[in-house]
Amino acid sequence: MDRVLNSKLVKTITPWMSNLIVPILAVLFALIIGGIFMIMVDANPLEAYTVLFKSSFGSTKNFFETLVNATPLIFTGLSVAFAFKCGLFNIGGEGQFIAGYIAAAWLGAFFHMPWYFHIPFVLLGVIVAGAIWGGVPGLLKAKLGVHEVISTIMFNYTALHLVNYLIRTVLVDPGYASTPLIDKSARLLRFYQIDFLNLRQIARGSRLDLTFLIALLVAFIIYWILWKTNIGYEIRAVGHNPSAAEYGGINVARNTFLAMAISGALSALAGASQVIGLQGKAYQLFGFIGHGFTGIAVALLGKNHPVGVILAAILFGTLQRGANSMQSVAGVPKEVIFIIQAIIIFFVASDYVIRKIYRQIKLKKEEVE
Amino acid sequence: MPNVIEMKGITKIFPGVVANDNINFHLKKGEIHALLGENGAGKTTLMKILYGLYTQTSGDIFVNEQKVWIDSPNKAIELGIGMVHQHFMLVQPFTVAENIVLGAEPTKELGILHQKEIIRQVEEISEQYGLMVDPHARIQDISVGMQQRVEILKALYRGADILILDEPTAVLTPQEVRELTSIMEKLTAEGKSIIFITHKLKEVKAISDRVTVIRRGKVIGTVNTNDVDVRELARMMVGREVILEVEKQEATPEEVIFSAENLHALNDRGLPALDGATFDVKVGEILGIAGVDGNGQTELTEVLTGLRSLASGKVCFKGEDVSRLTTRKRIERGMAHIPEDRQKRGLILDYPLSLNMILGHHYQKPFSRGINLNYSKIRENARGLIEEFDVRTPNEEVEAKNLSGGNQQKVIIAREFSRDPDLLIAAQPTRGVDVGAIEFIHKRIVEQRDAGKAVLLISLELDEILSLSDRIAVIYEGKIVGIVDAKDATEEELGLMMAGAGIQQGR
Repeated sequence: MDRVLNSKLVKTITPWMSNLIVPILAVLFALIIGGIFMIMVDANPLEAYTVLFKSSFGSTKNFFETLVNATPLIFTGLSVAFAFKCGLFNIGGEGQFIAGYIAAAWLGAFFHMPWYFHIPFVLLGVIVAGAIWGGVPGLLKAKLGVHEVISTIMFNYTALHLVNYLIRTVLVDPGYASTPLIDKSARLLRFYQIDFLNLRQIARGSRLDLTFLIALLVAFIIYWILWKTNIGYEIRAVGHNPSAAEYGGINVARNTFLAMAISGALSALAGASQVIGLQGKAYQLFGFIGHGFTGIAVALLGKNHPVGVILAAILFGTLQRGANSMQSVAGVPKEVIFIIQAIIIFFVASDYVIRKIYRQIKLKKEEVE
Repeated sequence: MPNVIEMKGITKIFPGVVANDNINFHLKKGEIHALLGENGAGKTTLMKILYGLYTQTSGDIFVNEQKVWIDSPNKAIELGIGMVHQHFMLVQPFTVAENIVLGAEPTKELGILHQKEIIRQVEEISEQYGLMVDPHARIQDISVGMQQRVEILKALYRGADILILDEPTAVLTPQEVRELTSIMEKLTAEGKSIIFITHKLKEVKAISDRVTVIRRGKVIGTVNTNDVDVRELARMMVGREVILEVEKQEATPEEVIFSAENLHALNDRGLPALDGATFDVKVGEILGIAGVDGNGQTELTEVLTGLRSLASGKVCFKGEDVSRLTTRKRIERGMAHIPEDRQKRGLILDYPLSLNMILGHHYQKPFSRGINLNYSKIRENARGLIEEFDVRTPNEEVEAKNLSGGNQQKVIIAREFSRDPDLLIAAQPTRGVDVGAIEFIHKRIVEQRDAGKAVLLISLELDEILSLSDRIAVIYEGKIVGIVDAKDATEEELGLMMAGAGIQQGR
């Protein structure tokens, strides 16, 4: 046994395995505990999970629909992860989402130009809106030491009510509780509308659009920024040890602002994806949609790594989509899915706690020496 | 003389680490016994076991030939063992007398403090041992040396016959060290026995009767201090020959390259920390800044490197006023900095060595092309420095937190020297590193000087200042109270200045 554990193979696998093992176990445990709850309400967990799986992966159409759910979560997950890499806890994803949501609706419906200008124009505007909504709390933190958790929560509520006011007044489509439909030139194509690789056939009946590909592209860009550029070097340095970063001539305030602005822009893109992709307009909001908050869980489960975020977003997309079909087909209350989500978060979060405790024991041990 | 303490076969295992490995230790009645070892050798662990802060994994302890099990400091105190920790445990706003009796206060009925009795008892005990203190003074108003006396009295008040002093000289001026020595001699004359933890060889020779050397958790030997010389002790402690004296030629200083004029700055609590410090550094010399801890050294370093803002005053480097420049600009102008706290300031512990070794230059060629990091150049740089500076690591992708303290320090030194700086500001460059690494670091600093660069050395270790510096400035309460030529400097004179008795001398 020892020989196996000490072998070179195991040693090389373990570092990245240990990153995967906790999320996988968390999901497994959550499914088991979710199953127990189902038994308690006299439902058959096997049947329910079969439905869940089929509704999400049973056909190309179903899988594409799962990706529809995952798309905004990729953006918000990246948003939380990016801020976290700079040691910041951005829980203003909701507000930044809303900022991007309204910016896309306004720029898409009230400005007119050919598509090759309109789409970049809208995206740029959305990024600026999100950068402001995330950057201001970043600036407050950098210059005045206002904690970003407090200020971003406040910015969430401000965004919600301000945007509802705008949708009721200046941006209203008379007779509707929404903005007018955006121009076709600002709208991204759905997969079934594209003449490529038989997509018309494959994607038939699914609402998946090109924003999903933008999400993947953005995930790659974030990866590149964080690990391949000196911008990321500085941001991560500030996240790990601001004193040492400062010592190395890195401007901590500037990077705090930058990280929050980029994080805000990412959440704003999630909002925009709903407008220029899925819905074509912005509706009045009766409360927070929740993508911003779910983004925290996605980042946590995805270990703040873009690839992890994509996988975690797809998992949460699956659960969201499965919730409805489980209720209608297998008679399992939707709330069980929320329980499963909560348990996943709980286990992943306790991994952080366990590691932290472990690290403290180790530190104590070192002190002793 | 009978053994008052016998520790037999003491082993202490922490998860994954054997801190003490089958240690035998005997303390005779009335002796001063030094416990010598490098940082991390396990000497403090052993004493914490004796004082009941840890319990041993195996082995036995005998006090006055009775086998005992010490599972708490209370038990240790009961057995007549007292410990003075490196960091004092005193209540700052309380008086000396109140601190001494704290926890064992004489009271009148209803638990009211018997103030007169407290003073009487404290005066009595301080007279008995010749440890003069003012019982009415508040701790916050008295010197560090006095505070240490209070700590010793506290132990004696609780009836300690055996005193453990953990690195007692670390915070003292040379004069205070001498006073402490005579106090220790008085105490042993009164029949007390003293264990004295240290890593300073000179003190072992000056103070102790016998010495036990510990290396990597094991006892290397116990010898009479008179039978060994410092070189022999160093060899026992490190396990090989070490060169204790820094070999250096006479300095050939040239023009002034760096000057600080009338610096004023506040500390983190908003109180004045620098109060008009003025000095300059010439090309080709090492200027040492000596002083007792907490006299503005930290703030001075930070002000000079742009990490703390100046309230007033001027810093000039190569003829340019750099007082308002950012840290990055100062690095670009040719300043390098070895920070006093390597883990807080000097390293990003979660980064691999390769990325730590470019900190401060990460945005420049060849490490960056535009905004893209050039990993192959970054690794190449790290591999070269690891080789040149003998950093003990499997490879350059190991995270800095996995290295020992001495190797972490080498990483910082390698990085700072690799920039070929015109001015090196070295704050406590050898703090917490072993003798072997100290030797190496000192050699590199002298080489830097000989290559025609300027070095500012800020250190709490007077020996280090004396052996490296060409000129010595003494800092006291944020002021430079004197600058002397290292050739003429004596410990006496410096010690007096460190205690504030400064006479502004000509340079």
